[in-house]
Amino acid sequence: MEKAISITENPFAKTNGKGKDIKEKAVVGITQIAVILIIAILVVILGIIIYQGREKFSWEFISSFPTDGMTKGGIFPALIGTFILVIVMSIAAVPFGTITAIYLTEYAKENSKIAAAVRFSIRTLAVVPSIIFGLFGLGFFIQFVGTGMDTAFNDGELHWGQPNILWASLTMALLTLPVIIVSVEESLKTIPRELREASLALGATKWQTIKNVVFPGSISGIMTGTILAVSRGAGEVAPILFTGAAYYLATLPESLSDQFMNLGYHVYIMSTQSSDVEKTMPIQFATTLVLLILTLSLNLVAVIIRSRIRRRAK
Amino acid sequence: MNSPLPKKQTFTPESLKKQFRLSEFLAEKVISSIAFLSIAIIFLIFIFVFKESLPLFSFNDKAKANTEIQTTTGAEIETYGADTSAEESQPETYGAPAESLEPETYGTVTEDLNPDSTTDTEVVIDEKVTGNKEGADKTWSTFFSTEWVPVSDNPRFGLIALLIGTLKVTIIAMLIAGPLAILAAVYTSCFASNRRKEIIKPIIEMLAAFPSVVIGFFAMMVLATFFQDIFGYDSRLNAFIGGVAMALAAIPIIYTISEDALSSVPKTYTEASLALGASKAQTAFSVILPAATPGIFAALLLGVGRVFGETMIALMATGNAALLSANPFESVRTFAATIGSEMAETVFGETHYSVLFFIGSLLFIFSFILNAVAEFYVKGKLIKKFQGK
Repeated sequence: MEKAISITENPFAKTNGKGKDIKEKAVVGITQIAVILIIAILVVILGIIIYQGREKFSWEFISSFPTDGMTKGGIFPALIGTFILVIVMSIAAVPFGTITAIYLTEYAKENSKIAAAVRFSIRTLAVVPSIIFGLFGLGFFIQFVGTGMDTAFNDGELHWGQPNILWASLTMALLTLPVIIVSVEESLKTIPRELREASLALGATKWQTIKNVVFPGSISGIMTGTILAVSRGAGEVAPILFTGAAYYLATLPESLSDQFMNLGYHVYIMSTQSSDVEKTMPIQFATTLVLLILTLSLNLVAVIIRSRIRRRAK
Repeated sequence: MNSPLPKKQTFTPESLKKQFRLSEFLAEKVISSIAFLSIAIIFLIFIFVFKESLPLFSFNDKAKANTEIQTTTGAEIETYGADTSAEESQPETYGAPAESLEPETYGTVTEDLNPDSTTDTEVVIDEKVTGNKEGADKTWSTFFSTEWVPVSDNPRFGLIALLIGTLKVTIIAMLIAGPLAILAAVYTSCFASNRRKEIIKPIIEMLAAFPSVVIGFFAMMVLATFFQDIFGYDSRLNAFIGGVAMALAAIPIIYTISEDALSSVPKTYTEASLALGASKAQTAFSVILPAATPGIFAALLLGVGRVFGETMIALMATGNAALLSANPFESVRTFAATIGSEMAETVFGETHYSVLFFIGSLLFIFSFILNAVAEFYVKGKLIKKFQGK
């Protein structure tokens, strides 16, 4: 602190001259270039994928099955598989995430060690590489729970102890849990303290307050969280690599114990393991385009709802 | 309630005490126990990922995993056979990653060092027979070698080769993403007008919504060709392409967290600096940036964590060959990509399977430590700094 006061050591003193303007502009310019570069990359990615994917992109492409060894046809089963995945995932993750967020904002005391530990685990969950969730899904859900269920109910016959939609969705639910918790928590914090206090002052108990005052106010936060989680879950591939995604299926999955096709996985296998990568290029780009439209539009909706919540907070 | 005038109520300490209500009690207990599950999940993840790698630690316990292997041998050979033929028919096309991963690794490396492994298919059959018969001691001794040849007569699990590959990609990605994201964050929080800020922030954060498989696909189809035309290197998919693609994945993380850190520097700092006659740029780089250093450090750490564990981009864009060289334009193989590409081909209980889970535990521990450092060390420092202690 003392240094800043002394005039002779003022780091700005030296540059007080004519060179300052140019230097100033150059420095600001460099940072500006960084921003422009990032945005340009984004636009280029979007542009190329839209440009290359547009010729194959049509209603027919979305609504038909792949044919001729996946060199022709559409992506209908992959799209349906992705939908089932995110729905089962949301059913598992949303209540869990909402309740955790309610605990953190309503019940956890400030400076409580346990709440800090919960927060820390949630942040850790958010940074654990997605492939680790895949390994966990394989080791826990399939090898441990699934095999355990088979020995308990099916006399050891293999039914649940193999990759399927349920295990893939639950794995994905763990991955997207932090997204939901963070969104719900944020929206819970915007509910004014006075509302809670008014409810308590009227004689409502804490649980009644949460149920009737806090929870209804957090619906938009839950929605944002769910949408963001769905957007994330629809795009992630690593966790489902060995927990349920299938290369090709001739039929749609009928039960939770079936394997499924998935958009992101479809992009991956089509571009790396297809028999004729060159020929299926338009299909690959169009599939990527569908995936991108799905995730980006969901994200956009979430951003809009979130900005409304923030405005309410102000 | 019947009388118009309420009776005069008397309050005693006892009557004012909180009444015990079962529903309240249950609600609180249920909610908090569900919240604690997230702590349990972290433990479960570690336990179950680590559990599968336990056979590696049971030295001299050789026979254990053998029975499993023989039963599923047939299916496995087919997999490898198919992969090999696919590679031979079209090397160096777009299909490079998943197909070339086996060929390049097993092909080049194995053939050079193993005179008896002339065809890949034979190697696989041999491996099935000899399988897991070497004990854990043998596996461990190969961890520190530089060859990753998990499927051969004499399987070697040289983690060093994978570690170097991962580090190479991480360094390249961070060299690109770090400066770009931080400079962009400085612009947004220090120079941009409020209106521009509101446009720039969501756009850059939109990059975070790009699924990694899309970035990987883009890198593989477009970037690889583009950079090959510029630099003219041999292998189309290499550490550099992987690094560039991963930089795209890391930029939004680094940007968002550094931007937060820069914006949370107290306004008084800026005002004091401007009042002393410093220009905006001087304030940004000599006052705000140093004050936000811990936050930016955290951003970089989390960026490293993201790149280190990124699977799909590594699978699609790095070429997936565990070559040891300092040349950034050579194919590499990262930890995460190894798990992603080989897990489906291994058999439950095999050494290879355990090794992959062991790599998984390493990745988990690494990201856990990174997060812990970012959380505790950096936050503590930031708080101290801003409170002037």
